[in-house]
Amino acid sequence: MERQIKAVALISGGLDSMLAVRVMQEQGIHVEGINFFTGFCVEGHTHAIRKRDQKKPKRNNALWVAEMLGIKLHIIDIVDEYKDVLLHPKHGYGANMNPCLDCKIFMVKKALEWMEKNGFDFIITGEVVGQRPMSQRSDTMPVVANQSGAMDRLVRPLCGRNLPATLPEREGWIRREGLYDFSGRSRKPQMALARQYGFTDWASPAGGCCFLTDEAYSHKLVDLWQSRSSRDYDLDDILLLKVGRHVRPAPHFKLIVGREEGENNFLEGYRKEFIHLRCESHLGPLVLIDGDPNVEEMRLAAAIAARYSQGRMADSVEVSVHYRDGREERLTVAPLDPTQMPPEWML
Amino acid sequence: MSETLDARRLLCPLPVIRTQDKVVTLSPGARLTVIATDPGVLNDIPAWCRINGHRVLATRQEGREIEIDIEVGGDES
Ligand code: SF4
Repeated sequence: MERQIKAVALISGGLDSMLAVRVMQEQGIHVEGINFFTGFCVEGHTHAIRKRDQKKPKRNNALWVAEMLGIKLHIIDIVDEYKDVLLHPKHGYGANMNPCLDCKIFMVKKALEWMEKNGFDFIITGEVVGQRPMSQRSDTMPVVANQSGAMDRLVRPLCGRNLPATLPEREGWIRREGLYDFSGRSRKPQMALARQYGFTDWASPAGGCCFLTDEAYSHKLVDLWQSRSSRDYDLDDILLLKVGRHVRPAPHFKLIVGREEGENNFLEGYRKEFIHLRCESHLGPLVLIDGDPNVEEMRLAAAIAARYSQGRMADSVEVSVHYRDGREERLTVAPLDPTQMPPEWML
Repeated sequence: MSETLDARRLLCPLPVIRTQDKVVTLSPGARLTVIATDPGVLNDIPAWCRINGHRVLATRQEGREIEIDIEVGGDES
């Protein structure tokens, strides 16, 4: 009996990887998916946190795609290892803090390790030549194959006919004619192929698969590093950047203001690790303080918290300050007038 | 024998990742109860089980806590 050829596919949850897998399944390849969790993924978090999003069905798109395709999915936590990719990208950043090329190289390298450990034969991705400005250009696609070490075991079924033949083609495991020759930014060929396969629903994240392509998020991340004079982070740091309004009145402290009930609930989970403020005389958000303001600055922080409470038009608002050592203090402040909040405070 | 996994306060997909990492250490037929607080698990853990050949035996929700009982399938790879 002929040996079953097996491929591992990078699954982002978007349409391209979904199509790439299906193209390989058509050729009789056994495919399993791998999905990496960097902590910056757009999936899940904010939906889980924000109350107003909780009505929408929450699904993990990578799992959903795997189920549609009938393949197994292995989700891998790379939060710690990913730090080095983000902090020291050899190939630099894209438009924001997204190190897409290094990220792709890293993910394909991890997929290669998984492939070897599990006795699989090659790797597939949904990449398309010319689709993304950084990682999917005709000159950078060989870089991903070479620097990841995957070399000619990396197959891109959606544009494989535009690329040199890979090992699986030469070995006769897959047919080159069964691959596609998509290129450029147009999504039309993918849509047409999706229709052909009967796919009617897929996720289409704008910009990219992670928060690092988001300008506002990247700005907050750089601000975090500047304020600490160190380009480091842990998972809680990067999750908190996704939540609330971030206001920095001074380099050594910022406020994280819950915008609605879901965010307030989420921030409650951090109240032991941060100084936090609550409005006592009016309904208001929970506010975490990242940093250590002095007495004067604490009054300013309380005035900002009051500005986001239902007492924003009142003459004075009572705010309680809860310190990390359990001490509590009450401040009566006038809510800060929005004109006194320079735009550069808003991250 | 039944084991318990505490995935409270973790946001998806972390509860799924922790479940997956625990399940590989268990034998077919073993049972695992996952306790979580992210409502996303109500979709994600059953989906992960269906894909990977495990069975969800029961789901309970009390306040913010969700408990999911899983029976490990025979074909974990
Ligand atoms: S968008 Fe994010 S996850 Fe996707 S390749 Fe770029 S850095 Fe990596």
